[in-house]
Amino acid sequence: MKKFVVILLLAVMGYYISITFFDIGFGDSHLVEGVVPVKDAYLNETVNSLNVANTVTSIVVNFRGFDTLGEVTVLFLAVTALGGILYKKRHQAGERSVLFSASKVVTSGSKLLFPAIVLLGAYVFIHGHLSPGGGFQGGVIIATGFLLMLLAYENFTVGHNTLSVIESLAGITFAGVGIWGLIYGGSFLENFLPVGTLNDLFSGGVIPIIYIAVGFKVAAELTGVIYTVLHEKG
Amino acid sequence: MEDTLFKILDYGVYGTAVLVILIGLYGALVKRSLLKIVIGLSIIDSGINLLLVAIGYLKGGTAPIFSPGYLDNPKIMVDPIPQALVLTAIVIGFGVTAVALALVIRLYRHHGTLHIDEIRNLKW
Amino acid sequence: MIYFILIVILFLLMIGAAVYSIRQKDLLYATIATGIISLVLSVLFYLLQAPDVALTEAAIGVALTTIIFIITIRNTVRYEDEHDNKEKFKSGVK
Repeated sequence: MKKFVVILLLAVMGYYISITFFDIGFGDSHLVEGVVPVKDAYLNETVNSLNVANTVTSIVVNFRGFDTLGEVTVLFLAVTALGGILYKKRHQAGERSVLFSASKVVTSGSKLLFPAIVLLGAYVFIHGHLSPGGGFQGGVIIATGFLLMLLAYENFTVGHNTLSVIESLAGITFAGVGIWGLIYGGSFLENFLPVGTLNDLFSGGVIPIIYIAVGFKVAAELTGVIYTVLHEKG
Repeated sequence: MEDTLFKILDYGVYGTAVLVILIGLYGALVKRSLLKIVIGLSIIDSGINLLLVAIGYLKGGTAPIFSPGYLDNPKIMVDPIPQALVLTAIVIGFGVTAVALALVIRLYRHHGTLHIDEIRNLKW
Repeated sequence: MIYFILIVILFLLMIGAAVYSIRQKDLLYATIATGIISLVLSVLFYLLQAPDVALTEAAIGVALTTIIFIITIRNTVRYEDEHDNKEKFKSGVK
């Protein structure tokens, strides 16, 4: 009885939502006469005055950089809450994450693949302003590499203190760049380095520096999450 | 012929996104096991991200990445603002799922069951 | 024409994986279906001309969410109904 009522209510809600979205239209330009669209302003300013090739990177780091600082803070709070909820005793030496190591093929293959995955992740977050990619994508790829090593070997450890130090230094770098922009330029996260030419590695002012810091921070955080959850016993 | 095909794709993208959101909402409202409810929340996140990116699409548009010489015209690029919003939304959705699963592990260790009727009855 | 048929197959795969994931009683199968939803979503993001979002969804939705769900199933129950957990094989590292 309850299921039929729920299905009926959801069908009515879905009908009205779908009618609204079918009226908007798919693939139209949604322009209103007399109003300058924000999309054109962002696209023109990205290629002309910032000399950055990837528009999404310039929006995330430069035009809406404060929201990225908020997102990094929320991710940090979530990881801290997760570590606080799954409380357990002090980490004994020789504690295993999986019951036994995998077969010979998997262990030797993962030992060869791990540096390649870390190199790919570092390439993705260093070239965030030239091609699709950026800090979050590169950090998650590096965390996936660490997950592969943690699942293949039974005694692979990553120092918890090392991860904490890397994460804290990256966060301090992000906030420090913002405060330096405040002192030097006049507003928080202002661009104070010279913008180079298009498609150069050192172009776009502070955008590569911020994205490298975000890449390191996300990689260290997600590796810590995987490590905490994997060593959780019955 | 081309017109009806594009109309079907138009109904298809919005219809799929709204249907996935409703399926996830049904799972979060009706199911009795806590882990199923968290799976429903994760499915709702996926549906909403698809809906947001589908709004910014332009017919015959290309990705908003400039290459001087090949792709210089900013008038045929798709909208880059919903993509920046969805980038943040995906990461925060993952954070919410991780904290919810940690709470599920803790609740199981305290009560011994994951059925929400039993957990409600064990209040005192 | 073939392009259009492939896109409709992607839509049906996504809806089918969502329905399967909600109705299945074995929680391990439901987790794999959630991973399939994220994979098809990543392909759809690429077709909607958004490569950054496709990279992020493919990395976070497929790899990290699935592994966190599987570790939670390892530490709690395997089946949705409670009486199935005592009869059949109960997961957990003891």
